[in-house]
Amino acid sequence: MSLKNGCEIIVEILVEQGVDTVFGYPGGQVLNIYDALYKNQNRIKHVLTAHEQGAAHAADGYSRASGKVGVCIATSGPGACNLITGIATAHADSIPLVAITGNVPTDMIGTDSFQEVDTIGLSIPVSKHSFLVKDIKSLAPTIREAFKIAKSGRPGPVLVDIPKNVQIAETEFTPMPEVKKVPDPVPKTELLDKAVKLINASSRPLIYCGGGVINGNCSDLIEPLAEKADAYVAFSMMGLTSMDSESFRYLGMSGMHGRFAATNAFTKTDLVIAAGVRFTDRATGNKKHFAENAKIIHIDIDSAEHDKNITADIKICGSLQYSLKYILENINKKNNANWHKEMENIKSKETYPHSPVMTAQDVIRAVNKYTSPDTIIATDVGQHQMWVAQEYKFKKPRTHLTSGGLGTMGFGLGAAIGGCMATGKKTVLFTGDGSFGMNLNELATAVSQKLPITIVVLNNSRLGMIRQWQSLFFENRYMATIPDRKTDFVKLAEAFGAHAFRAENMSELETALDKAFKINTPVVVECIIPPEENVLPMVPPNGTAEDIILR
Amino acid sequence: MDEKFALSIIVTNQSGVLTRISSLFSQRGFNIDTFTSGETENPEYARITITASGDQHKKDQLIKQISKLYDVKKVEVMEPDNTILRELLIVKVSAKGEKLREVLDAASVFRSNVVDMSPESVCIEITGETSKLDAFLNFVKAYGILEYCRTGLIAVKRGKNCLFKNTQTV
Repeated sequence: MSLKNGCEIIVEILVEQGVDTVFGYPGGQVLNIYDALYKNQNRIKHVLTAHEQGAAHAADGYSRASGKVGVCIATSGPGACNLITGIATAHADSIPLVAITGNVPTDMIGTDSFQEVDTIGLSIPVSKHSFLVKDIKSLAPTIREAFKIAKSGRPGPVLVDIPKNVQIAETEFTPMPEVKKVPDPVPKTELLDKAVKLINASSRPLIYCGGGVINGNCSDLIEPLAEKADAYVAFSMMGLTSMDSESFRYLGMSGMHGRFAATNAFTKTDLVIAAGVRFTDRATGNKKHFAENAKIIHIDIDSAEHDKNITADIKICGSLQYSLKYILENINKKNNANWHKEMENIKSKETYPHSPVMTAQDVIRAVNKYTSPDTIIATDVGQHQMWVAQEYKFKKPRTHLTSGGLGTMGFGLGAAIGGCMATGKKTVLFTGDGSFGMNLNELATAVSQKLPITIVVLNNSRLGMIRQWQSLFFENRYMATIPDRKTDFVKLAEAFGAHAFRAENMSELETALDKAFKINTPVVVECIIPPEENVLPMVPPNGTAEDIILR
Repeated sequence: MDEKFALSIIVTNQSGVLTRISSLFSQRGFNIDTFTSGETENPEYARITITASGDQHKKDQLIKQISKLYDVKKVEVMEPDNTILRELLIVKVSAKGEKLREVLDAASVFRSNVVDMSPESVCIEITGETSKLDAFLNFVKAYGILEYCRTGLIAVKRGKNCLFKNTQTV
């Protein structure tokens, strides 16, 4: 036990919780925290980003790649406001974060003082929880509680708002061990037995994996389960890395921009084993016709996901790992020969359009040759994101960092920085000219930190996904999706101090990638792709597999 | 089919908690009809009674989402058959002379209390279920309602069972 001030306590607890890296931006109301970070540089690495949003995305990417709780720090007012998009992004994808914000002293709260906003009020709808610490005595227990909330149950971001006077007040501090996550509840055996019975009775089983499989650290169970149940496996975008994509059972992403076979598998299957998915509208299409010939087993840690979008026949709430293990051990070894015939027939109908010019798919496949199974692949949001989800051959969990639920353009570069710092390895960001434009200021961060990030900008000079909708549903009225920008991404990257190459065809791309993958600092590879390509297949909003647009 | 329902919620008795609850209602597309809150027998907790309307599916979702809030200790739908539901209304009616007599008679029929009088108005306090208060307001409307104020419902289960056992006894 020793006397410490609030800022020292913050640093002590971060160290105690196993935090080695924090992302942030200094400011008036966190000066004292930054002073404590200055004195503890040997214990915690602080990464200065270009903007607080970048810090939140970086902490998020760090968490997605490592499975640890990500931490970001911002000052009051605009600093806190800028974190909000990043916190909402993590919330939508159930990523554990602790965001620390400074605030004006408690006696000035509510006086509209300089850089004062109601940070807690802002955080309420976009975080798992938030705390305003008004008293130095509650500071240590509150931050510990924040870590516990962030990682327990369905993970999520927690904000801790600390007024300046609390940061400098002193109290006795007692070190404690890292807080453990609350163990996930074990589901009732009767329910699991019912699931086992259904799987044993199924002749066309389909496992459907979501982000919960990644968060629940149970992707190693998916392939054995698929083998024993003789099932095929489809994925939500958040679950894509739950299994080695080279397996013949791997159907890829289903839904709006899902693979043809994956989306069709849902109409053919007689049993969906849904693990850690929330059946969002983008994944199901018209809910009335979703998997209408199948029974559904829905396993999730969050009981509020049961019956929210889809009503399952068996709803299992609790530990996904325990549930999948139990099911794996107790089901019979199956042989569903007819299901293979049916699915292989559907798979053979998947078409891969060939284009004489270099497409996004060509670029993704080419980059794939340079990466290793554990390379972190970050994306931004839009057409390129869907193409990566469709084309990239993921092999290992936690290698795909993408904003699924909130769909935050500008997420990618921050996330890539976080992912790269978590793994210390070469990281790839696929982005588009639109998304990259949103937060490209973080190139400065990547350069300062000398990070081996290869940024592949798929430049179609369009806000492609919205242009695609305007083309399909608004009779080609391209409002605000053809920006007519004159940005020279090579010069821009060089101005930031990064390397850069431009590729307009496959041979230029190979030359560029050869060089890029030998460089251990940030590299931008601008790839010029056709402006009018659509992401296909596409199930129109609220459509079914019947409505799938293929060309 | 939308139907009215009453929820009782036990929460930690701290600032900001009511915002979280009411914010959740609007996030999930619910209109709050009434909202009352007060400290419980254990000062660490407050008890909130909310009435709103919505279909069964949305209601179930709402309750699950409320249960997930960190500050929420217990949520329950108060079934009307097994619940004491009360609301307080104070209404100021414009009346004098013979009309005043009629209002006072009605007030006694409704078992309400006269809490203030002026030469041209009378102020009446009445408690009961919402329908009783509505009926009284409907009666005095003809005389001229100057203003009224309602507390919103509070609800307690009949019998020995309590909503939240974990509170210390007073």
